[in-house]
Amino acid sequence: MSAQPVEPVALRNTPLHDLHLRLGARMVPFAGYAMPLQYPAGQLKEHLHTRQAAGLFDVSHMGQVVLSGPDPDRIARALESLIPADLAGLKAGRQRYGLLTDESGGILDDLMVARFDDRLVVVVNAANKRADAARLRERLPAEIAVEERPDALIALQGPAAEAALAALAPEVAAMRFLDVRTVTLLGAPGFVARSGYTGEDGFEISVPAEAAEAVAEALLAKAGVMPVGLGARDTLRLEAGLCLHGADIDPTTSPAEADLGFAIPKVRRRGGARAGGFPGEARILQELEAGTARRRVGLRPEGRAPVRAGAPLLAEDGTPLGTVTSGSFGPSLGAPVAMGYVAALHAQAGTRLLAEVRGQHLPLVVTPLPFRPATFKRD
Amino acid sequence: MLRFTDEHEWLKLDGEIATVGITQHATEQLGDLVFVELPKVGAALIKGAAAAVVESVKAASEVYAPLDGEVTEVNDAVAASPETVNADPQGSGWLYRMRLKDPAAMETLMDEAAYAAFTQ
Repeated sequence: MSAQPVEPVALRNTPLHDLHLRLGARMVPFAGYAMPLQYPAGQLKEHLHTRQAAGLFDVSHMGQVVLSGPDPDRIARALESLIPADLAGLKAGRQRYGLLTDESGGILDDLMVARFDDRLVVVVNAANKRADAARLRERLPAEIAVEERPDALIALQGPAAEAALAALAPEVAAMRFLDVRTVTLLGAPGFVARSGYTGEDGFEISVPAEAAEAVAEALLAKAGVMPVGLGARDTLRLEAGLCLHGADIDPTTSPAEADLGFAIPKVRRRGGARAGGFPGEARILQELEAGTARRRVGLRPEGRAPVRAGAPLLAEDGTPLGTVTSGSFGPSLGAPVAMGYVAALHAQAGTRLLAEVRGQHLPLVVTPLPFRPATFKRD
Repeated sequence: MLRFTDEHEWLKLDGEIATVGITQHATEQLGDLVFVELPKVGAALIKGAAAAVVESVKAASEVYAPLDGEVTEVNDAVAASPETVNADPQGSGWLYRMRLKDPAAMETLMDEAAYAAFTQ
């Protein structure tokens, strides 16, 4: 058994830190924060419980960047110069997935853009939030105020999420997948998005830091709601086929390589009304039409052994094909699952590959993503 | 005789055969196990070299041979149901049995009180 390295870094605490300690969480450093890896129930139970009832996750380490000042139409248009999504077409009360791209066509971050009556709110990954905010400040017109909010962010995910949150704010029951709205929770002003990172129906709830603990405790008191740590969050998103920035996508991967073409709609592609006009457009648009030499795929190992990030992928004849970028055991599937990049010729579903794990070659099969169908409330 | 290593394995000696597993403390650190890879019966083990692998949802960890010897038996039940190791790490969750090259070397390892102090 190898010893755990101790990181001598000063960690920041989220507004729910004391609650995590009271709940018996095992805290680990993540993106500069002390975060709960798991609670006493453990990762497997936390994962399965989220799919069966509801999990409450502290995701306050993520960045919430408010863009305000001019008319939100103008903000949305300006943001399209950095994100190849249809943001001008995003209606108030709606949210959309997008990619922050760089000049070489790589992915600086993936994010959610929400539009409200008077502003846009961009939710970004914890490790990138400072860089993202700096890029927005630098590249957007000076009339747009870019403010990183210190608010708490709580994800409530799973089939019991709606009833639990509606007990505090009945209006959320009428929301559909990717709706956003401002709410008052226990007297505190906040906003709710009907989305998440688990493949389950659920919500992400933004509240002021000082209200976070009361809101979290009120939700944990509802039927079926259990605290869930980052460990289970990772296996939930992996089963849902969702990318983790820094693992599955980063500045060295392009949207087409990452199979994220859905995030770039026709209107921003060649021939579209607002084609191009974002960093890396030449490479990104060309690749969406012509394809790429490698592609992100889902992988299911045939045996029981998990195949983890970094494992080399080979063709059955031993030719190197790529690398695993995420891999673990999928508790809801009762089997290991992984994602990785392979040469495009071997990216067809059903292709058998080998992964090198501790000197052995383990067979796995290219599998369509998600591994498990999402249960979003679409209508 | 029950002994412990600073790599969080336990050994229980019966004659010249030692039953080997990972400690309660180790399972608490690792979390829920989802995969166990055991050595082959007959494999020669060298103290400090990898003898088995236990994987939790989060990570893979090697289990090092606590002493020199030869594998005489493996616990196939934990390979089929890794959760057994979490449920009863120092009982039905044992990993393998080995014939010790030098049973007297057990004395170089920690007894229960020393291990308890070590994990404080």
